[in-house]
Amino acid sequence: MMTPVKNPETKLKQPGESLFKRLVRQQLFIPFAALALLVLFNLIADPSFFAVSIKENSLGNPVLSGNIISVLDNASELVILAIGMTLVTASSGGQDISVGATMAIAGSVILRMVCGGQVTADTLQMPLLLAVLIGIVVTALFGAFNGALVAYFKIQPMVATLIMFTAGRSIAAWINNNQLPIMNDISFKYAGTFLPGIPVPTPVFITAFVILLFWLALKFTTLGLYTQSVGINANSSRLNGLDPKLIKLLTYVILGVCVAVAGFIRVSRSGSINYSRIAENIEMDAILAVALGGNALSGGKFNIYGSILGAYVIQFLTTTLYKYEVPSTALPAYKAVVVILLVVLSAPVVREKLSSMKKAPVKAAKEVS
Amino acid sequence: MKKVFCLLLTLCMVLALAACGGGNGGGDSAPADSGSSAPADTGSDAQEPADASGELITVGVINNDPNESGYRTANDAAMRATFTEENGYKATFYNNNDAAQQIATAQQMVQDEVDFLLLSPASTTGWDTVLQDAQAAGTQVILFDRMLEADESMYVAAVVSDMPAEGKTAVDWLAAQGLDEYNIIHIQGHMGSDAQLGRTGALDEKVAAEGNWNYVTQQTADWDEATARTITQSVIDSGKPFNVIYAENNGMARGAVAALDAAGITHGKDGDVIVMGFDSDKWAFEAVLEGSWNYMGLCNPLQADTVDGIIKDLAAGNAPAQKIIYTPEQGFDCDTLTQADVDTYGT
Repeated sequence: MMTPVKNPETKLKQPGESLFKRLVRQQLFIPFAALALLVLFNLIADPSFFAVSIKENSLGNPVLSGNIISVLDNASELVILAIGMTLVTASSGGQDISVGATMAIAGSVILRMVCGGQVTADTLQMPLLLAVLIGIVVTALFGAFNGALVAYFKIQPMVATLIMFTAGRSIAAWINNNQLPIMNDISFKYAGTFLPGIPVPTPVFITAFVILLFWLALKFTTLGLYTQSVGINANSSRLNGLDPKLIKLLTYVILGVCVAVAGFIRVSRSGSINYSRIAENIEMDAILAVALGGNALSGGKFNIYGSILGAYVIQFLTTTLYKYEVPSTALPAYKAVVVILLVVLSAPVVREKLSSMKKAPVKAAKEVS
Repeated sequence: MKKVFCLLLTLCMVLALAACGGGNGGGDSAPADSGSSAPADTGSDAQEPADASGELITVGVINNDPNESGYRTANDAAMRATFTEENGYKATFYNNNDAAQQIATAQQMVQDEVDFLLLSPASTTGWDTVLQDAQAAGTQVILFDRMLEADESMYVAAVVSDMPAEGKTAVDWLAAQGLDEYNIIHIQGHMGSDAQLGRTGALDEKVAAEGNWNYVTQQTADWDEATARTITQSVIDSGKPFNVIYAENNGMARGAVAALDAAGITHGKDGDVIVMGFDSDKWAFEAVLEGSWNYMGLCNPLQADTVDGIIKDLAAGNAPAQKIIYTPEQGFDCDTLTQADVDTYGT
């Protein structure tokens, strides 16, 4: 009945399509619909979910508190990872499953730097910014390692990043001689908690800053265009003068930088690290965020805002489940059910069906006969 | 040019990886060669004064991931420090939190005919086949730190923490605080582990028995600090009143405390919320000492010496007097803890 849609944007402008159909075909439809559903559910079940109040934290600073703030705060790491993961997915048609492990490395490096090699330190042994920069360089190098395996050695991304997935946490432990360092300086925790006098959690600002950076980069540089064209067809991009390998490598390095920022936020929440538990399974959530955002996991066209929204949806879901005290053992099962629903709904086949359902029944009947 | 650069980069990374493997003491790689041939060709008998026979005792040590918690780090370090060639052992170490992987490796060690298999099982069930195989092969099994579900005849000794007793001590202490009402945030460890079952069991019993003991929430954080923080945060956001945080290890207690601090809820001595943790971390002792926490149930991670003694006795032909040996443990609270305790027990 219809030829498969290659380019949704051009299709959108065709006249005579119902609003609903146009909506359904929007890439951001699924994450928005999921978010709306969750919001609606919470509104009906218990509107107090959305209550936000100002409290005073133990340092005497005013801070905002409430489920919505928790969602925005706790989703930070995931959002930042999802952005990097979207680029990697778009360019290489595969995912980096080592982000959780490399987050442990980033956290370990940063803690080692600020603690100056001691197990517990009460003051910063190194300017914080410098320590974070070193963390960024280290994980960017690990990103380059992953990227080189994928781009130059043509190894499947999942297999290539399996190396760091397996080794990363041991490397993180080795960086600190298997010690669990603790940083007690309060200024180290500003990035993961609150800046004095500012009631909004700092991770929210960091995330907003990262999103802004990527918005600028995608608007004013060719990063987005090149990444997409390499993902759609590496050969023809090469014939058009791009270097697909370099661009793939670059996306992995960018993800490495994102990982360092996320790792920094995570360790500065508590000033400590637990190598085998920190950011465990976060890679799966990051990939899920990309998928929820309506991005094809096989690469090509991407929408970074879809992934960001997807990440917030995941955190919203987690917070909702905690709020309704879903038994701890059943939590993954509930999450799985919701995920299955969302993923099935976002499948192109289903969305095609959805949009044609709204069409005049006469036409549908005609098609059957 | 770029290719050369890339190759260099890759090489550099691979080298770094290789270096790490060495630094970790080869945790799970390169298992020692079969026990039967090992003593003959080590040729290091000269530097081995302790053992008169001049033969190394082969042991396979199955433990959990040393990075799991401060407790485990101390436990693993003690095992590695004790079972060395200088002490007369040829030891193979394996660390994993996945019981299935542990079982597979244990099976391999039994096939390699180690003299002793030292086990700290990640889960209490699923070990029957390994234990039977070990018995058939003449490998003696000693449990350390954690119990498993099997008949006592299947192992020669167990040097373990008495988890149910730890839970009971903690719950008794909490009951002695004489609160009018106990509204508890219960943050559980990895479900099914001995530590979780023991520490949960005592509390579950008390909550079921007493009318004024209630769970505000009971969730697993899987030993993870960040998850514990999220769970506590969601309770705070829901506005439900609570006055006790019962976290099954120190890391999770710290996560919960971070959430309390962010919301300006006072805790510890003279605070609104009682904070309880478990294990032996020095920083946690210090938190109790300064009154920021109320209670820490000590879980002694240093079983290596006791296990060493048992093996030496067995090698000399003496069976251990008791099958199950509990490591000495107690609870500490902010009113009675002293700096001396911190120095003695903190790890």
